[in-house]
Amino acid sequence: MAVPKRKSSRSNTRARRSQWKTTAATLASCERCRAPKLSHRACGNCGTYDKRQVLDV
Amino acid sequence: MPTPTKGARLGGSPAHQRLILANLATQLFQHGRITTTEAKAKRLRPYAEKLITQGKRGDLHARRNAGKVIRDKGVLHILFTEIGPRFVNRNGGYTRITKINPRPGDNAPMAVIELCEPLAEQVVSEATAATKKAAKAPAKKAEPKVEAPAAEEAIVEETVVEAEEVAAEVVEAAGEEETPKA
Repeated sequence: MAVPKRKSSRSNTRARRSQWKTTAATLASCERCRAPKLSHRACGNCGTYDKRQVLDV
Repeated sequence: MPTPTKGARLGGSPAHQRLILANLATQLFQHGRITTTEAKAKRLRPYAEKLITQGKRGDLHARRNAGKVIRDKGVLHILFTEIGPRFVNRNGGYTRITKINPRPGDNAPMAVIELCEPLAEQVVSEATAATKKAAKAPAKKAEPKVEAPAAEEAIVEETVVEAEEVAAEVVEAAGEEETPKA
């Protein structure tokens, strides 16, 4: 089995990890309460989806 | 050649998976609406709908077949006397899955799965919730009106709003006390 010959340097490790990035979630606004929400999900603020009450708020 | 099951495998073994699905189905028929992970909801939907079809059929054979899964006789009774007849005019599509925000803690995608025709007890609980909201509503309506004209008096408004919230809570508590008697 192939194994690393050398310990990778701190510099290389950090250079590699500098490319780990997150992206902001794209949000839509709720039809009922205009709060930002994830699309295709019930609104966490008012608990509605497609103007139907799904969650108890 | 056997057809693979659609969706995620649950639990650690086939027996565990059977138990998870049976328990989820039992809870769904008992409460009419349950919150679970998206993967479990997706597996549960066809499983629960086949059981409801048994409930619509309504004969002894169907009851015994469903009884293999729904071990609770009370829930089995609900399935055959309440849920089955409720879906007479519907050919499939008895349940509805709505995705909700991910679970805090492990960020698991969550969903609510519910019967499309709500149960009787569910309707009652929703009605009590609606009356609570009605009690809250006047307080909520008052908020934006006060906030809109003058943003400078924010501190004063907050105290007013807090007072209103306290009033609403008192009304709620009163409503909760009333409901068990009725």
